[in-house]
Amino acid sequence: MSYQGKKNIPRLSVGTPRSSGDRLLIKGGKIVNDDQSFYADIYVEDGIIKQIGENLIVPGGGKTVDAYGHIVIPGGIDVNTSLQASQLGMSPADDFYHGTRAALAGGTTMIIDHVVPEPGASLLGAYDQWRDVADQRSCCDYSLHMDITRWHDGLFEELESLVKDKGVNSFLIFMSYKDKFQSSDSQMYEMFSIIRDLGAIAQVHAENGDIIDEEQKRLLELGITGPEGHVLSHPEEVETEAVYRAITIAKQANCPLYITKVMSKSAADVIAKARKKGMVVYGEPITASLGTDGSHYWSKNWATAAAFVMSPPLNPDPSTPDYLSSLLSCGDLQVTASANCTFSTAQKAVGKDNFTLIPEGTNGIEERLAIVWEKTVATGKMDENEFVAVTSTNAAKLFNLYPRKGRIAVGSDADIVIWNPKETQTLSATNHALTVEINIFEGMEVRGAPVVVISQGKIVLEGGKLDVTEGSGRFIPRKAYADYVYKRIKARSRMADARGVPRGNYDGPVHDVISMTKSVPATPTSRVPQCPGKGPLGPARNLHQSGFTLSGMGTQIDDHIPRRSAQRIVAPPGGRSNITSLS
Amino acid sequence: MSDTGCQGNGIPDFTSESLLIRGGRVVNDDQSEYADVYVEHGLIKEVGVDLAVPDGVRVLEAKGAMVIPGGIDVNTCLLKPHLGCPPVDDFYLGTKAALAGGTTMIIDHVVPQPGDSLLQAFEHWQGSADRKCCCDYSLHVDLPSWNSRVKDELEVLVQEKGINSFQVYMAYKDMFQMTDSQLYEAFSFLKELGAVVMVHAENGDLVAQEQRKILRMGITGPEGHPLSRPEELESEAVFRAITLGNRVNCPVYITKVMSKTAADTITEARRKGSVVFGEPITASLATDGSQYWSKNWAKAAAFVTSPPLSPDPTTPDHLHTLLACGDLQVVGSAHCAYSTSQKAIGKDNFTLIPEGTNGIEERMAFVWDKAVAMGKMDENQFVAVTSTNAAKIFNLYPRKGRIAVGSDADIVIWDPNRTKTITAKLQQSAAEYNIFEGMECRGGPTAVVTQGRVVYNEGEGLHVQQGSGRFIPRQAFPDHAYQRIRTRNKVKEYRGVSRGMYDGPVHDVSATPKYITPSPSAKTSPTSHQPPPIRNLHQSNFSLSGAQFDDNIPRRSGHRIVAPPGGHSNITSLG
Repeated sequence: MSYQGKKNIPRLSVGTPRSSGDRLLIKGGKIVNDDQSFYADIYVEDGIIKQIGENLIVPGGGKTVDAYGHIVIPGGIDVNTSLQASQLGMSPADDFYHGTRAALAGGTTMIIDHVVPEPGASLLGAYDQWRDVADQRSCCDYSLHMDITRWHDGLFEELESLVKDKGVNSFLIFMSYKDKFQSSDSQMYEMFSIIRDLGAIAQVHAENGDIIDEEQKRLLELGITGPEGHVLSHPEEVETEAVYRAITIAKQANCPLYITKVMSKSAADVIAKARKKGMVVYGEPITASLGTDGSHYWSKNWATAAAFVMSPPLNPDPSTPDYLSSLLSCGDLQVTASANCTFSTAQKAVGKDNFTLIPEGTNGIEERLAIVWEKTVATGKMDENEFVAVTSTNAAKLFNLYPRKGRIAVGSDADIVIWNPKETQTLSATNHALTVEINIFEGMEVRGAPVVVISQGKIVLEGGKLDVTEGSGRFIPRKAYADYVYKRIKARSRMADARGVPRGNYDGPVHDVISMTKSVPATPTSRVPQCPGKGPLGPARNLHQSGFTLSGMGTQIDDHIPRRSAQRIVAPPGGRSNITSLS
Repeated sequence: MSDTGCQGNGIPDFTSESLLIRGGRVVNDDQSEYADVYVEHGLIKEVGVDLAVPDGVRVLEAKGAMVIPGGIDVNTCLLKPHLGCPPVDDFYLGTKAALAGGTTMIIDHVVPQPGDSLLQAFEHWQGSADRKCCCDYSLHVDLPSWNSRVKDELEVLVQEKGINSFQVYMAYKDMFQMTDSQLYEAFSFLKELGAVVMVHAENGDLVAQEQRKILRMGITGPEGHPLSRPEELESEAVFRAITLGNRVNCPVYITKVMSKTAADTITEARRKGSVVFGEPITASLATDGSQYWSKNWAKAAAFVTSPPLSPDPTTPDHLHTLLACGDLQVVGSAHCAYSTSQKAIGKDNFTLIPEGTNGIEERMAFVWDKAVAMGKMDENQFVAVTSTNAAKIFNLYPRKGRIAVGSDADIVIWDPNRTKTITAKLQQSAAEYNIFEGMECRGGPTAVVTQGRVVYNEGEGLHVQQGSGRFIPRQAFPDHAYQRIRTRNKVKEYRGVSRGMYDGPVHDVSATPKYITPSPSAKTSPTSHQPPPIRNLHQSNFSLSGAQFDDNIPRRSGHRIVAPPGGHSNITSLG
């Protein structure tokens, strides 16, 4: 692997006291990858895993971390965050610094953030802006998805440049937010085709924006202005419908598809079914949909209700988290993310008189690993290896970070988490690392917590204390054509060529439509001057019988009842062989 | 219902005939019984055993055969022009073919061109049908576009003209296709009028894209038609139409169910309680799409219809199964026959081939052959799917679709043992190609009675009267579709949560420039009217610790608000 994109910031200048952090020995833990678990020590140097094994011979001077009784897992990868995208001109309450800090506190050592350009603005410009901010503020490695907020043909060059030069291999398309971000089916097809040709992954925000728009109008007319209007105007069905449609379009374009934010049972079912039919489609439930449900939208406390507002909304069905974690366990859903996008209560209150103005987004970046552990591993649905797969490895494979990220192996980045399955923590706004006032998981007790978090070979969390460095996160470029996704797509492209039927030209009579206003590219009568006088002109009757009779069927008499009032028969053909007589 | 019984063309001569059908087994959708049927003035006067009738009445001997309500074909296009030329089977030939096959009523689609007046198109259709129809008919009106003028015309059509069903298109981009927003509005409006929404379900955007792609690949023959309209595009649109129907709470009728997945989508939606009906057609029930690859261009083109016939040869069998168990309800024909020379307009470009297949005459026989004769369906269900269900959905019941005293005398004597080999030469349609050519099928009418007159009798042949068909107006709010809708309207009202006013700080939107690195203290953005210091303000207003804790696990939606002293105060601090 070529480790491109290391930043120019000389890491050693951060401070001499940290020099020992460059060498690290993790002793006595059980290493858990997505495929197997084994007991071994890990030696880390210069941010990279150098050795794995028992009784390692390592240079002195490094720090030793004791992992006895714990599992040692690849750091989590959160592939869906919005730490910079503004809504209604408001920036999220938790930016790249606070967001990545919280990520590290929860055991996530890499994020992929969404670049959201203003509709019509340059994608590259937005990309540069995101890079700028993230390079200065991010505390862990990061990468970027590009959201396509308004499609036009001119964007092709920018997409190409993003994929080939900028290390972006995933693009998000919106099916909702009418008159703002929403794309039509035709546009989606065009984008999918281009994304496939570039070897990238199409991500979709799947909700039917047209229906939502109408429902919002209706609810406001009914006088419902509170946060419950949000979930009422975004019913489960519109999510499911859009997922179904996105899959249909992606299948036509033979493009790999990634559904962000799977929030409901029926949407997850559609994905599972499509996979059973062979579609290359991936589904991403998020911390919120795995950890809580949508009953809070009816909370009497406006601020609490508003804190849950996001799209697609949390489902009011309380069995949803359980169901989604089951699908996650059996592999029908593949990746967990957080969709972390927090707004303070004052920001949410912009929509206090109109739920459509409430900025959308919930927290979840910090709680993700713990909630997945609690809901799946602690309940016996999943084993520890699958846990690693859905929190880290699958994401790394899908977005082409593997094996640099998502695996504990020699040569991989030293993004490592020592996880204590037995520890219990209570999630609360009082002790979370984010700045937002309300935690949607408030009071939830979860088993499993990180004891030590190592990012780029440095300990950032130990003994409950966070020690992050603002701006230390590097941008990780991602190459196109991720094997995990594109092997199948490539094979299908070769297979899927439709073939025409070789026939001679039809040379029977053609109805005259010349008088019509509609433009007909090939005017049928134009054949007349082309073959004048060639061959003997037979009588019309003979022409017909030779022209239409099926030798195979024998019974098709073409003109049994002469009722052709409105048709003009074009003269019989001369030269060509008569194709209609083939059976 | 009865007041409409004598409307029409005012030709009493043919309806005054009396008739006794003796010795048959009367089969309705709910039961079968041996009985005679006595008909007078075009209406059924008596049903019973050994009826005593006046002398001189014509007697039809059923000889133990089934006596069933005449078929109702709810999907025909006998006047729909393609590029200006009408189909070869017009109202005369089409209804003649219908009667020959045991269908005694049709509902034809009025297809105005975009921009045309619906009312004028309706009158044009009605005028042509009144002159030519040989059996009773009614009309659906297709909506080529959605705008305010359409709304006014719809009201007139529903309230004065006796139309209660309208078709919208999800395909035919840049022509008939509507966006989801327009569909939502159209559904909402039609629901208020009490009409049945019919949907042509295909994703037109994708069809257009695929057509372009296929043509670019150099495929111009009829095989391009199914290649550009794969099954998924049909089932996707069906799914979307049902979703829209659910949101609006409006009955949805899917015309032309052509594929297994589309049918399954309807089935699943019905299991979840959606009010949705599915209509497979003669073509999808009897044949498949393999002929699109025929080396014979004319034959391949004859199969071109939208959505296309599915290339999967197990499709007909699957659709019959769903029809038998009630997951699909109505059998139409989508009869729209074009001659080969008309089809040849698209000889160099499959997108120009006029769409439509025959099936009006073969409809009943194929359902019998493939469902009843195979043991999938009983004779009562046969009557239901070919006649009664359609009558109920489109509000013709019990005038049509039932053999009962007072119903119209549209009656068929059906012989299950007849066999027939379909061939274009012997069928009524004027089209040169019959897509069922060479297929053998069991079951067929031995006599057909429409408006009390015998128009077909084995041995005597077919004797139809052009122009004898009456327009049958249909009232809005058919019970079969709307009873549940009405109840749901009442039950499913949205209610908001009654809260006090939010009176915490509000972020100042207009002042915030775009793209600014958010400061960690963004949450403390002050609002101008709140004097206390920023930090204090937050702590008092949001009460992070206390209020949050008791708010989570026991979800108390009905929690009672304990108002803070001083009455209407800070709502956000309430637990």
